[in-house]
Amino acid sequence: MANEHAHPNPAAHDHHDEHGASHGSMREYVVGFLLSVVLTAIPFWLVMTGAIPDKQTTALVIMAFAVVQIVVHMIYFLHMNTKSENGWTVMALIFTIVLVIITLSGSLWVMFHLNTNMMPMSVHDMGQLP
Amino acid sequence: MTANTAPTHTLDQAQLQAAFYDLNEHDHPEGGSTMLGFWVYLMSDCLIFAMLFAAYGVLGGSLAAGPGPKDLFELPLVALNTAMLLFSSITYGFAMLAMEKNNKGATQAWLLVTAVFGACFLGIELYEFSNLIHEGATPMRSGFLTAFFSLVGTHGLHVTFGLIWLFTLVVQVGKKGLIPANKRRLMCLSLFWHFLDVIWIGVFTFVYLMGML
Repeated sequence: MANEHAHPNPAAHDHHDEHGASHGSMREYVVGFLLSVVLTAIPFWLVMTGAIPDKQTTALVIMAFAVVQIVVHMIYFLHMNTKSENGWTVMALIFTIVLVIITLSGSLWVMFHLNTNMMPMSVHDMGQLP
Repeated sequence: MTANTAPTHTLDQAQLQAAFYDLNEHDHPEGGSTMLGFWVYLMSDCLIFAMLFAAYGVLGGSLAAGPGPKDLFELPLVALNTAMLLFSSITYGFAMLAMEKNNKGATQAWLLVTAVFGACFLGIELYEFSNLIHEGATPMRSGFLTAFFSLVGTHGLHVTFGLIWLFTLVVQVGKKGLIPANKRRLMCLSLFWHFLDVIWIGVFTFVYLMGML
């Protein structure tokens, strides 16, 4: 499925009209779609019926389903592979994932600690501020 | 480089040129780097959504004594919305397969089916938003609602522009056929459309499902 275009010599650039992302096959799209349906339906079912009584566990389970479904979409719909564009798409993706993790975990970590470290202040106290 | 004004050159001029210019110029066909460039754009878009998710994560609990997720969200509606986006994803895939076979009519037809699902998604989302605003849950009501409308609204805006792009391509394919340039454009929109579906996975998991827990 991957279009080979790892041409070290510039002359080979000529037959470069279609490149990068491959288009996938009917089988790929159908498999991706069916997996997505299952991976979407289960978290909705878990939350709507409350099948797992513990909320913490449910949250972790649906988060795991989301991660798996994102990977499924990446492979079957976005046709990610390590070969397209000589691996640069994967490099960009890894860089982005690192930034996203830093952004999300950093923001949440800092802001929650900010909340807990703030002195509780009533409206009356605020009036006393200089 | 102001090489001609500097009299004290120790380096051979030819050597200097070879070090600073790519003398081995070769032809880059039109659109040769479009797909990689578009992918990099999508990654930067991903960072915009990361910021919005972070804002929602931080502000999601700031209700300001207003309505919370459990008072506002209707999961059956969200499930329907998710289904619409998922259907539009696979129909776009069928459009790409038709494009591969150089079947112009089928490509346009599947694109229009995709547009119908996309429009349904937008319609349901706007219906949800108007319901919320009607109940007084406006973006101005609380930090939670500001973050919610920013995140989900930005995603909806992306889908809107995706739809405009999609209709443009249907017309362009109709006028010029499946020429390489149009195929490239269709592939870019394919990445964009599936990328929006990936973002939606994050939205329905973190905003709607976790909010209802």
